[in-house]
Amino acid sequence: MSAPIQRCKLCQTRSKSLLFSQLRYCNKSFSSSCKLNSATKHNQVEAWQPVIGLEIHAQIKANSKLFSRANTIFGGPTNSQVAFLDAALPGTLPVLNRRCVEAGVITALALGCQINKVSRFDRKHYFYADLPAGYQITQQNNAIANNGRFHYVQYGNKESDIREKAVTILQLQLEQDSGKSLHDDLDKQSLIDLNRAGCGLMEIVTAPEFHSGDEARSFVRDLRQLLVTLGTCDGKMSEGSLRVDANISVHKPGQPLGERAEVKNLNSLSSLKKTIEFEIKRQIAVIESGGRVINETRSFDLDTGETLPMRDKEVQLDYRFMPEPNLPPLRLYHRSDLKGAMHGDKVFIDDLEKNMPVLPQERRGNLMQNYGISMYKAAFIVTENLQDIYEELVSTRNVEAFTNFFINTVAARLLANELTLDQCPIPGKHIGYIYDQYKEENINLTVAEKLIDTLLADSSVDPKEHIRLENLWQINDVAQLTELCKTIIAENPKAVSKLKRGKDRAMNTLMASARKATGDRGNTRIINRIFKELIAQSEGRD
Amino acid sequence: MAHYACMFVIRSNQICSRLLNRQLFQCREKFKLPDKPEWIEIDPKALPPETVLDDSTIQLIERLSLVDFNNKEGVERLKSAIKYADQLCVVNTEGLEPMYSVQEHEELFLDEDVVREGNCKQEILRNAVKVEEDYFVTPPGNIPLKQKKLFDKEGS
Repeated sequence: MSAPIQRCKLCQTRSKSLLFSQLRYCNKSFSSSCKLNSATKHNQVEAWQPVIGLEIHAQIKANSKLFSRANTIFGGPTNSQVAFLDAALPGTLPVLNRRCVEAGVITALALGCQINKVSRFDRKHYFYADLPAGYQITQQNNAIANNGRFHYVQYGNKESDIREKAVTILQLQLEQDSGKSLHDDLDKQSLIDLNRAGCGLMEIVTAPEFHSGDEARSFVRDLRQLLVTLGTCDGKMSEGSLRVDANISVHKPGQPLGERAEVKNLNSLSSLKKTIEFEIKRQIAVIESGGRVINETRSFDLDTGETLPMRDKEVQLDYRFMPEPNLPPLRLYHRSDLKGAMHGDKVFIDDLEKNMPVLPQERRGNLMQNYGISMYKAAFIVTENLQDIYEELVSTRNVEAFTNFFINTVAARLLANELTLDQCPIPGKHIGYIYDQYKEENINLTVAEKLIDTLLADSSVDPKEHIRLENLWQINDVAQLTELCKTIIAENPKAVSKLKRGKDRAMNTLMASARKATGDRGNTRIINRIFKELIAQSEGRD
Repeated sequence: MAHYACMFVIRSNQICSRLLNRQLFQCREKFKLPDKPEWIEIDPKALPPETVLDDSTIQLIERLSLVDFNNKEGVERLKSAIKYADQLCVVNTEGLEPMYSVQEHEELFLDEDVVREGNCKQEILRNAVKVEEDYFVTPPGNIPLKQKKLFDKEGS
């Protein structure tokens, strides 16, 4: 007996991509291309407003852990980076890491937060094998910073669709990481590695102000870039340095917020977007079929982005927060609070503020203001960390032409070769030289691209020498090109007759032959013109 | 003569004790302890209603704290402990900042970010019941506790 036909509940399409097979909605139902498209049903689906808040756990880039001096390197030998405190052996006490405090303050300043000059640590109790002490030291009630605002950029389909958006940062707190557990389902056991237990984390909590998976992803992408720029986190999501928990609910505008579900430990940008979109649709489907969304923690499938209820959902969690009795309050100071220079052991907010690097958002704004380029182009240059070399070169050149060349040729070759400028530093003057030669039509675009590839492979190459050695100068001599074109026209009567009949695509055949004949060095603009002239001339004669 | 000696001893004792008393009296002004017990009877009506502990609450507490109440006597002990703590509700704390620690004004020491610990795998794993390839071996995930209803049993 064959399987029953699966049809979308809303528009009855038999869809191969019935991703949510339990719920039977096709992807199309939620877009304007839905076959049904009737005002009532379609509006019902579109009227839902998703509400998303994020909790980001960023591992602090420090040599040692938050409360112990064990090493923090990723991938170290199992259980070899564990101090007695991390294993919760009795007789140990937490000793706070100064660098972690500074990292927290720097990040909070960059996020525009209010720094709390007095903050406290709390214990959050729950039992799990990767938490040896049975509690995690965190800052639930009196965190190091609150009430910030972060501006991020969301791209659209077209360059001009780019938008700058902002989100409120509710809290930034310092906390301990737990160990890592590997689940061996076959032998019904878990294997615990405590190397990560006790590492410092910054938990950044946003207000529930996102309304789509794409907004959330854009935010995390820009936040990650900020943290890497500040040097407070290495941003390697694949190594678990940046983990995101999403709280998702849906409601109709004007009505109270819906029940939220939580999805934990999203560790890649793409799965973040996919999973949030799935969860939104799942919740809508549950509510529309008369059910209720349960406040629970869900896990997710890496490939499809489907969310699943967790196995141990019977466990009701009450963390029994209590103040950490072994740690007095953490105090931060401004220089003006204390007189005299004899306070080297304290953390001064002003000192950290003074030494902050220029933030990506500011760099973006500077580029836009100083050179008048679009937000899209400025964002692109800053994201790829190319702003220094760009500013060095663009100041003496035509902004629009150079910017286009820089993005479409230089940056494009970098991305195509999967390299960054840090990895292969090409001297700015070489890039400038290549651009200038291209602008003066001494080399053509293909040669320019090839030159950049050559320089990426070996940055010591001198482009001028290389052009001379490989004979890459563009052929601009009209007489020479005309002879060549005449030959090609003679060799390709079919293409020529097609062109005469108005099939413009036949020009491609002629151009390809010309490219081959000139070794890709011919001035394509001139060649194209010559071909057209010659054909027009011959037409006149015929 | 012996009489005078006695009188002298008694008198000097009296003077000494009065001196001591004065010192003690001055010291006592700095003590918060009263001289005589000052017992305040708490009006039972001022206390919040007695907490009801049904089976599901007991099970929840056992799950959260991993403390086994075992039998009816254990639950009774818990109830009386809660009732005893309820007396705190009578204390007026209006306008007072909560005190979290007597170390409130101590300086929290900030250590330099230098690796000085760890690299002691053998010692860390020494007390583990089961080890596999340098990992601690534990039962899988969170196992729900067996829900037993022994609270009605007397004795242990």
